Amino acid sequence: MSDNQTERRVDDETGIETTGHTWDGIEELNNPLPRWWLWTFYACIVWGIGYCIAYPAWPLVKGATEGLLGYSTRGEVAADIEMFKTRNAELSTQLASADLETLSANDALQRYAVSGGAAVFRTHCSQCHGSGAAGAKGYPNLLDDDWLWGGSVNEIAYSVRHGIRNEQDSDAHWSEMPAFGEILEEAEIETAVQYVLKISGADHDAGLAAQGAVVFEEQCSSCHGEDGKGMIDQGAPNLADAIWLYGGDAETLRETITYSRFGVMPAWGLRLTDTDVNAVSAYVHQLGGGQ
Amino acid sequence: MSSSELPPSLYAAREPIFPRRVSGYFRRLKWWVMIVTLAVYYLTPFLRWDRGPNLPDQAVLVDLANRRFYFFWIEIWPHEFYFVAGLLIMAGLGLFLFTSALGRVWCGYTCPQTVWTDLFILVERWVEGDRNARVRLWNAKWDFRKWRLRLTKWMIWMVIAIATGGAWVFYFTDAPTLAVDLVQFTAHPVAYISIAILTATTFVFGGFMREQVCIYMCPWPRIQAAMMDDDTITVAYRDWRGEPRGKKHENTTGDCIDCMACVNVCPTGIDIRDGQQMECITCALCIDACDEVMEKIGKPRGLIDYLALSDEKAEREGTSPKPIIKHVLRPRTILYTALWSLIGIGLVFALFIRAEIDLTVAPVRNPTFVTLSDGSIRNIYDIRLRNKYGEDRKFHLSLTSDQLLRIELQGTLERSVVVPADSTLLQRVYVTARPQDPAAGIARTDLRFWVEDITSQERASAATVFNGKVSQ
Repeated sequence: MSDNQTERRVDDETGIETTGHTWDGIEELNNPLPRWWLWTFYACIVWGIGYCIAYPAWPLVKGATEGLLGYSTRGEVAADIEMFKTRNAELSTQLASADLETLSANDALQRYAVSGGAAVFRTHCSQCHGSGAAGAKGYPNLLDDDWLWGGSVNEIAYSVRHGIRNEQDSDAHWSEMPAFGEILEEAEIETAVQYVLKISGADHDAGLAAQGAVVFEEQCSSCHGEDGKGMIDQGAPNLADAIWLYGGDAETLRETITYSRFGVMPAWGLRLTDTDVNAVSAYVHQLGGGQ
Repeated sequence: MSSSELPPSLYAAREPIFPRRVSGYFRRLKWWVMIVTLAVYYLTPFLRWDRGPNLPDQAVLVDLANRRFYFFWIEIWPHEFYFVAGLLIMAGLGLFLFTSALGRVWCGYTCPQTVWTDLFILVERWVEGDRNARVRLWNAKWDFRKWRLRLTKWMIWMVIAIATGGAWVFYFTDAPTLAVDLVQFTAHPVAYISIAILTATTFVFGGFMREQVCIYMCPWPRIQAAMMDDDTITVAYRDWRGEPRGKKHENTTGDCIDCMACVNVCPTGIDIRDGQQMECITCALCIDACDEVMEKIGKPRGLIDYLALSDEKAEREGTSPKPIIKHVLRPRTILYTALWSLIGIGLVFALFIRAEIDLTVAPVRNPTFVTLSDGSIRNIYDIRLRNKYGEDRKFHLSLTSDQLLRIELQGTLERSVVVPADSTLLQRVYVTARPQDPAAGIARTDLRFWVEDITSQERASAATVFNGKVSQ
C-alpha cells in the first residue's frame, strides 16, 4: 500500500491525480470537495457535542445522562396532560354537575363527554364489557336495547357510580336469585326450564312447559313478573326476549336455575371522579342502546 | 517522505467568481423572467378571492390548521390530495419536456436559486461596482471603504432575504393579518422560526454559495442527462468557426479573439469553449457577451449560440442545420407533451365532476352485529358526511338494498342532519333487520347508503355490507 501512495499517477485525460483505487479498470480521480463542505462537517461535530451536553444522550447502567436542559419526553407528556387539563377545566367542572338528560342540548359539553367517556371506557370498562361494548357471557352487551337496571342515561350513571352487588357501596344495586337446586326437585326445575324456553319463543316440550307454568307462577314471577318480562327494580332479566346474559339454551337455563348467578360490578364512583362517571355514562348511552 | 510527496488536500476552497455586467437579448429576457417570477412569489399571498362569510378570502392559501388548500375558485380537502400529486407529476413531466427540448432552461431562467442569485449579483454590482472593481475590492485590505461596501451589500441582501422568508409564511395564513401580527411581535413562534430559516438559506445560498448549490447540492444536473439527446438545444461554442483563437488582425486565426468575455460574464465561472459541462446552467449570458464582441469586430453573431449536438455535426460537414422546430418536435418531446396533457385533462375532468357533498362509511365491526330484544339484527355504521359548501346544509340519509332494512340515526328521530359549513360530521347510523326479514339470517347483504343535500338536491352514495346472524 505504501508503495502505491508514494507513486502518484496523474490521469492523462483530465490532468487530475488519481487516488490509486481501480475498479474494473475505472480509476478514481482525486477531485477535492469544496472547503465549506468540510466546515459543515465540523459544524455537525460541534452541534453533536453541544447536543450531548444539553440533552439526554449517553446511556448509563441505569438510565442515561440527563442533559443540562433537563428535557425528557415523559416530562413533555406530563406538561401536555397538564395543558389539556387546564384547557378543559371549565368543561370538566360543568360536566361533573351536569344534568345528563339534557346534555345533548349543549353541543360542546356533549362532545367533550362522549370523547372523554370513550377514553374512560377503554381504560376501566373494556376489560369486561369488551372494547366495542359488545359484552361477553356474564357481562352485558351495552349496544342492545335490553337493560337489567335501566337504560336511561341517569340509570346508567347510577349503575356506574354505585355498581352492582358489591359491598363497598351501600347504594349498589342488589338482588340475589336463590339457587333453586336447594329448593326444588330436579324434575320441577326441568319443567321450569321448558316453560322459560316456551315464553322466550324457543323449541320446548309443551307438556313439561304446562307444568312449569305453575312452578314459575309460584317461584319466579315475584321477580321476573307473571309474564316473565322481568323487573328493572329487581335487576331481574326479561326472560321473554331474544337476549340472554348467560345463554338461553336448556342446559344453561338448568344451570342458572339450579345454582343461580351472581354478577358483580365495581362501584366506579369510589374510583373515578364525577366528571369521569358522567362522561362514561354519556358515552355508553349513545352507543345505540340508550333509552 | 518529503513534504512535496504529501497527499494533496482533500478539500478545495471555493474559487470566487465575479460575473461582469452584460446586455443583450437573453439578458433582457432574464430580467423580465426575474420580474415576473419575483412578483408572483411576493404578491400572490395578498390576492383576495371572495368565498362567502365562512371561508377565508385569500386567493392562494395552504390552511394547514384546518387542512384545506385554496387556489382561487378551487378548494382541496385532504382526501383530494391526488390533485396536488397530479400537479406535481405534471410539473415533473413539464420539466422533462423542457429539458429534452431546450436543455437546462429551468436552471438558467426560472429556478429560484438562479433568480435570487441574479438579484443578489445585481445588488453586489450596484454597491461594489462591476467585475474589475469587485476583483480589486476582493484583493484589497479590510479598510474602512471595504467594510462600508461589504456591510451595505450584506444589509441589502439581508432585507431581500427577510422579505423572501417573510413572503413564504403568508401562504399559510391570512396574509394581511399576519403582516400586522409579525410587526407587532404577536405572531406564532412557528412563523418567526420559518422566516428565520428561510432568511438564512436565502442569504447564504444567494449571497455566498451561489453556483455551489447547483454543482454540489442539486440533484437535477445529474438526472437531466437522461432527458437530453443530440436534438436537445443547449448553449454551445462553434469551435470549428472560432479555432484557432487569437488576435483579430492575424488572418490565419479563427473568429474567437480570446477576449474572455464569455468567461467573465459566466455566473458559474466556466469556459463554455471547453464544450458541454455539468456546471453550465444554460443561462445564455455568454451568448450575449460574445455577440456584443462579434458585432464590434465585424464578424457574424452566434459564435456562441443555442445549438443542438446534431447541428454541430451538420455544420462541420458544411451542410445546413435542422430548423429549431424539427429539433423540438420529435417522438420524445411529443410523448412528454402527450403524457403531460393526459394528466392535465384528467385533473380538469376530475375537478369538474367532483361533488360538493360526499360520504365515507366505516362499518362498526366490533361487534359485527347486535341482537335486540325482539330478535332484530342491527348493524352500526360510522358515516362521515362532508359538506364542501360555505354554508350549513341539511343532509338526508337513506339506503337501498335488495332486502328489507330499516335505517335510524343516533341522537335523532329524523332521517336528516345539519352538516356545518365546510366541514365533516361523524354520524352514527343503525341499520336493522326484523327477525322475519331475510337479511337477519343472511351472512352478508349488500346495501348502499345515499346522502342528499336537501338544498341543492345533490346526491352521493357509498356501498357497504349488512351482516346477519347465521344460525349454526
